[in-house]
Amino acid sequence: MARAATTTDAFNAVAEPRRREILDLLAGGERPVNDLVHALGLAQPQVSKHLRVLRDVGAVDVRSAGRQRLYRLNGRALKPIHDWVSEYERTWSERFDELDAVLEELKEKEVRNARDE
Amino acid sequence: MHATSSGTASVTLPADDQILITREFDAPRRLVWEAWTTPELVKRWWNARRGEVTVAEIDLRVDGRWRYVMIADDGTEVAFHGEFREIVPTERIVSTEVFEGLPEGLDPEEHASLNTATFTEADGRTTLAILVQHVSNADRDAVIASGMEVGLQDALDLLEEVAASLR
Repeated sequence: MARAATTTDAFNAVAEPRRREILDLLAGGERPVNDLVHALGLAQPQVSKHLRVLRDVGAVDVRSAGRQRLYRLNGRALKPIHDWVSEYERTWSERFDELDAVLEELKEKEVRNARDE
Repeated sequence: MHATSSGTASVTLPADDQILITREFDAPRRLVWEAWTTPELVKRWWNARRGEVTVAEIDLRVDGRWRYVMIADDGTEVAFHGEFREIVPTERIVSTEVFEGLPEGLDPEEHASLNTATFTEADGRTTLAILVQHVSNADRDAVIASGMEVGLQDALDLLEEVAASLR
């Protein structure tokens, strides 16, 4: 399915599978670009492009150490996604808890009806 | 693990335009179906303990319409409607879903999702799976900002890692 190329927020930025891979790798700790290039099996320009998108939305931070550029995960930028999913999950959990109560009543009614027949 | 109730809904994002919600119920699927498709019963659970469902209309036939309205405890009104596309009694319902409260300028119908609810029974218990397939990616950012649609693919693993990194 085609998707918009916008990468203006964290939701869009992490929607790309390669970028999620990068985030997964960085979840294990800070890494230099070369490390990521090696782990992903992609060409350096592609990795750099993904890193730029992630940096633009604040999902990763970068610092220089000697000749290396070190990237690390910035969890705070991804918090909106985490919060959204948590809230969605909570809404449905509460609906389903209410549904449990309705189902208990329906079950009791079936038992009663079977007995009365 | 098999408590009678209070299981949590599992929400995953299997593709960048899908949301999958699953939950197991301690009841045969004919009853889960009944609770899912009977207006007066829907009114009792769809509120999610956040208000009162004032409208639950279900015309359960292909091309038939449904509409739910809830007045939340804070007074805000939340309304959804859609049409049934496919109905396999006690097994499967495919329907569109339109959120009526999108920000000004967005055509709600363009942001409809196609929802497939599947009821699977095993040993007298029913697993309900709701796959929400978003139809349009247009104006995604605005829709996400309204909190009603999300168009990302995801691993909840990642979210857990992110959550861990926030501590």
